[in-house]
Amino acid sequence: MELTMNYGVNEQGYYGDFGGAYIPEMLYPNVEELRQQYLSIINDADFKKEFDQLLKDYVGRPSPLFYAKRYSERYGANIFFKREDLNHTGSHKINNAIGQILLAQRLGKKRIIAETGAGQHGVATATVCALKGIECVVYMGEVDIARQAPNVSRMKMLGAKVVPATSGSRTLKDATNEAMRDWISNPVDTHYIIGSVVGPYPYPDMVAKFQSVISFEAKKQLKEQTGKDLPDYVMACVGGGSNAMGMFYHFLDDESVKLIAVEAAGKGVDTGHSAATTFLGREGVLHGSRTLLMQTDDGQVVEPYSISAGLDYPGIGPQHAHLYKVNRAEYVSITDDEALEAGLLCSKLEGIIPAIETAHALAQLEKMKFKPTDNVVICISGRGDKDLDTYIKYFGF
Amino acid sequence: MNRLNNLFETKKNKLLSIYFTAGYPALNTTVEIAAALEKAGADFLEIGFPYSDPVADGPIIQNSSQRALENGMTLNQLFEELKELRSKVSIPVMLMGYVNPIVQYGVENFCKKATEVGVDGLIVPDLPIYEYEKLYAGIFKKYELSNIFMVTPQTSTERIRKIDELSNSFVYLLSSSTITGVNLKLSDAIEGYYQRIKDMNLKNPTIFGFGITNHSSFKKACEYANGAIVGTAFVKLLNEDNYLEKIPEFIKSIKTDSFK
Repeated sequence: MELTMNYGVNEQGYYGDFGGAYIPEMLYPNVEELRQQYLSIINDADFKKEFDQLLKDYVGRPSPLFYAKRYSERYGANIFFKREDLNHTGSHKINNAIGQILLAQRLGKKRIIAETGAGQHGVATATVCALKGIECVVYMGEVDIARQAPNVSRMKMLGAKVVPATSGSRTLKDATNEAMRDWISNPVDTHYIIGSVVGPYPYPDMVAKFQSVISFEAKKQLKEQTGKDLPDYVMACVGGGSNAMGMFYHFLDDESVKLIAVEAAGKGVDTGHSAATTFLGREGVLHGSRTLLMQTDDGQVVEPYSISAGLDYPGIGPQHAHLYKVNRAEYVSITDDEALEAGLLCSKLEGIIPAIETAHALAQLEKMKFKPTDNVVICISGRGDKDLDTYIKYFGF
Repeated sequence: MNRLNNLFETKKNKLLSIYFTAGYPALNTTVEIAAALEKAGADFLEIGFPYSDPVADGPIIQNSSQRALENGMTLNQLFEELKELRSKVSIPVMLMGYVNPIVQYGVENFCKKATEVGVDGLIVPDLPIYEYEKLYAGIFKKYELSNIFMVTPQTSTERIRKIDELSNSFVYLLSSSTITGVNLKLSDAIEGYYQRIKDMNLKNPTIFGFGITNHSSFKKACEYANGAIVGTAFVKLLNEDNYLEKIPEFIKSIKTDSFK
């Protein structure tokens, strides 16, 4: 299904005022090659067949839509969890990694690079590279390497080389800079698997399409379980915004569905330690696209903060910036404390330990006013195994 | 006709341009460094304004940008420093930096200020042709600022022609596809690219940049183009004590064979 032009991308790669491809000339041939080929490749029957097969047999899709009974009682609505945490490698990131590795193979690329924040995208990329026997280099901020140690080990075990990003805030933004520098220096044989709906066109659209399987399945599953065509609310957390875009995609043109995107407020949006881009950001250019980003008056990118490495990013995908500007989705924010409490609550009420990223979306439920008949789908984007240290430290288990 | 066009009219080869980052190693050094470079024999200059996320730059220029920002360099500060540029420097000067600070400053405001202080051109590596033509070409033209585009070994012939068409001072040839500060390794492929560009007989002069660090790479670049730009090697010098006094020696070492 293609999106209407209200919310989809135009030929120049723009969503309203946002998007485009603000890249140095050194990256132009790579990005242009992708732009010219991505649609014909991903719409090709062989590609679709292999993609769907791997999602089914390797990732374990469809991921369940789980009616969360105790959550439903607590919040006075029908709450459904879209269980991306049950995917192979533990999050939604694998959907995009599978799509892009198949694309890279068809482009004849011999080497894969990726950036990672929490490590989920790095693990997903290392996994698909192992599956396909392709060399893999993952850039990761030094700070994130320290706070997401299990994922670093997983990537190494999968055969990837993990390269620390030591500049700036030494988190996701800096890992992305390093990956872009690598790509500039290796333009012919290397494909850059960007992990979110960010970067120069066609990445935001390509990643959104690979992740759209989330809402494609959820729509069908909801119909089977409730008889209703559409939910009343769809909710997800947003860093760059890939799980949210996947969760929103097939509902974007269904205007009755309320879309709620939850950003990381960190220690609070006014504390100077936050990653709530729509609250704190202004229009500008980051990592190849015109979007909303946190920056000083002088146009320097502000170093973000969130306890969740996956949301610790100063920008947001251009499609999200557009949905925000035209009020198609509501953007809210949740603090570190609220998220951690929600992670604990979900563990105790539903027996699911969520990633701290996901816990931001769950925490927003506390602030919502639902009708008893409302159907609410929330994306459980990842599992919390990687965050146990943080949970343990916070709660003192 | 601006200073850049005048320069290319009068001097056709072995043009040497030097890049340095404004605000590094300290604030209020921009004009004295520029003046020293002119006196030492540089033909034109690129003054970088720092950005927090310079994806096309290697560690040396990244570090200079970060230090400049820590020193308090802003676009307002830069334009303040450049007010005395034209009383001390007569060679062409370009500003080089990433698009986001310009967008925040306001593209028109930025161009107006640049022209007022006597800047001749802009190099914005992450401003693509499509966006430049659609949004900004009119503003650049209004303020008579040249926009410099880059060409890499991977740039198609068709696109090089388009870039040549859009350019009105010179075309910036990247010596190889790389970030700044990587030493140029000459291979047959690169010499092939140099020759291919030369054979295209572009209407604009061509200047090589990235990887030009010493006399031998400068000389090689000048065999195929009208000149070359030295950046990282000079930024390294600015980290040394008494760097102003060392500038003549540095320029001489790039320009002449015999210098040891």
